[in-house]
Amino acid sequence: MTKVSFDVNGDTHQLELDTRTTLLDALREHLHLTGTKKGCDHGQCGACTVIVDGRRINSCLTLAVMHEGDEITTIEGLGAPDHLHPMQAAFVKHDGYQCGYCTPGQICSAVAVLDEVRSGIPSHVTADLTAPVRLTNAELRERMSGNICRCGAYSNIADAIGEVAGRSA
Amino acid sequence: MRAFSYTRAQSPAEAASAAAHTDNAKFIAGGTNLLDLMKLEIETPAHLIDVNGLALDRIEETPDGGLRIGALVRNTDLAANERVRRDYAVLSRALLAGASGQLRNKATTAGNLLQRTRCPYFYDTNLPCNKRKPGSGCAAIGGASRQHAVVGVSEACIATHPSDMAVAMRALDATVETVRPDGAARTIPIAELHRLPGDSPEIETTLQPGELITAVTLPKPVGGTQAYRKVRDRASYAFALVSVAAIVQPDGTGRVALGGVAHKPWRVEAAEAELPRGAKAVTARLFADAKPTQDNAFKLPLAERTLAAVLREARG
Ligand SMILES: Cc1cc2nc3c(=O)[nH]c(=O)nc-3n(C[C@H](O)[C@H](O)[C@H](O)COP(=O)(O)OP(=O)(O)OC[C@H]3O[C@@H](n4cnc5c(N)ncnc54)[C@H](O)[C@@H]3O)c2cc1C
Ligand code: SF4
Ligand code: FES
Ligand code: FES
Repeated sequence: MTKVSFDVNGDTHQLELDTRTTLLDALREHLHLTGTKKGCDHGQCGACTVIVDGRRINSCLTLAVMHEGDEITTIEGLGAPDHLHPMQAAFVKHDGYQCGYCTPGQICSAVAVLDEVRSGIPSHVTADLTAPVRLTNAELRERMSGNICRCGAYSNIADAIGEVAGRSA
Repeated sequence: MRAFSYTRAQSPAEAASAAAHTDNAKFIAGGTNLLDLMKLEIETPAHLIDVNGLALDRIEETPDGGLRIGALVRNTDLAANERVRRDYAVLSRALLAGASGQLRNKATTAGNLLQRTRCPYFYDTNLPCNKRKPGSGCAAIGGASRQHAVVGVSEACIATHPSDMAVAMRALDATVETVRPDGAARTIPIAELHRLPGDSPEIETTLQPGELITAVTLPKPVGGTQAYRKVRDRASYAFALVSVAAIVQPDGTGRVALGGVAHKPWRVEAAEAELPRGAKAVTARLFADAKPTQDNAFKLPLAERTLAAVLREARG
């Protein structure tokens, strides 16, 4: 057992965990924040996406004990039913889901994608690596490719993110 | 996952020494490959040494105008670095063609180089695999081998190295800097980092047990038009069937390295002399000793056509 302390959605938590505990399991099983989902548990689906120190990561492929002092934001920290984050509201408005299982990961990922574009991080489909990045539909889809939706709600997801990004997707 | 103890490394030399002197220890960086394999008990370390706190996360200019990339620089940051985008575009392109945004945020330079094969039989612990269990046989030979290597293969293993980044680094003639368990530093040309499988496919690199990668250095920029083209089963978030890293100079000379075809990034300097004569001539040399299987023989024409497309684009 190893001690670790980190911030989740603004609250500091001190945990004593088996070293094998992934960040995903720490959030779900120990802190009972079950919004973050376990899909594949192998980095292949994005359902477990959370934002750590401002960056989106797959919480299934990282150990909780490796996050000493980190600031973690989960879907619960982005907004709540009575005060939704604009991205959550846009997903509701555009029906950006069917079963909803991939949705928390999609939303955390989408929020981080807009930050990545704002800070000029290029993607595989960015035509000119030395020019500022513009969030076209192709950019958005490439950047969201780490979030799989088995219900295939992709076009509505793209509409929702596009609206928050300030353009029609 | 098997139980393991965990410590945070204090310095590169201390980490290397601890790794060599602790039973069954491994470094963990981004964890995106190691933890995946630990969950499947393909990797079963008894001790993990977390190297994330070692301050090896900077990109610095070298005195000769090259770049020194810390071992812990994240793939996202390397791809987005201004110097890399301007002077080593093939590297940015290769990184951005790999994995997903989430994974690139965690994946590190050293971890990416040392990621293990994606051979499906390596992942399936019910089946023989010489890489996972030396001497057990190779289920891919005679099995489904569409993704496997076509060149540099052996009777023991036909796995590929899955990294995109490493292919670009091979084209750029990068150098790997390490610290050994005795505290001595050394440099390894990237061409000599990865091994061909031979009869010991479980030994994948020329690193000593416990040796820690501290940085990767790029020589001063070579200019030219730089491209990385990756062919895969879906448009994003998939490993390469074949990939081409190319640097083409205005006079038609250049460099070519291939991914998805061998146990290491595949570059044959002699083949590059054929560049002015076109893709067919180059790939004929690159694949002179190719031994494809029935399933993956398509990779030979696919690589030739991919290179032809890259050359056509580069020459405008
Ligand atoms: C779903 C999925 C899709 C992917 N798609 C692609 C793809 O398309 N292209 C691609 O190239 N990659 C792809 N990857 C692989 C990804 O790039 C690697 O997992 C990542 O680069 C590994 O880096 P890491 O820092 O997480 O390594 P870790 O998992 O932390 O470590 C990997 C290995 O390197 C060793 N190590 C780490 N740091 C050091 C060091 N400093 N010195 C010595 N040894 C060290 C570790 O002991 C371990 O053996 C994919 C991965 C997943 C899960
Ligand atoms: S190709 Fe290599 S990794 Fe794959 S089953 Fe054969 S020995 Fe194992
Ligand atoms: S659960 Fe983490 S990527 Fe699928
Ligand atoms: S809404 Fe069902 S998996 Fe995406």
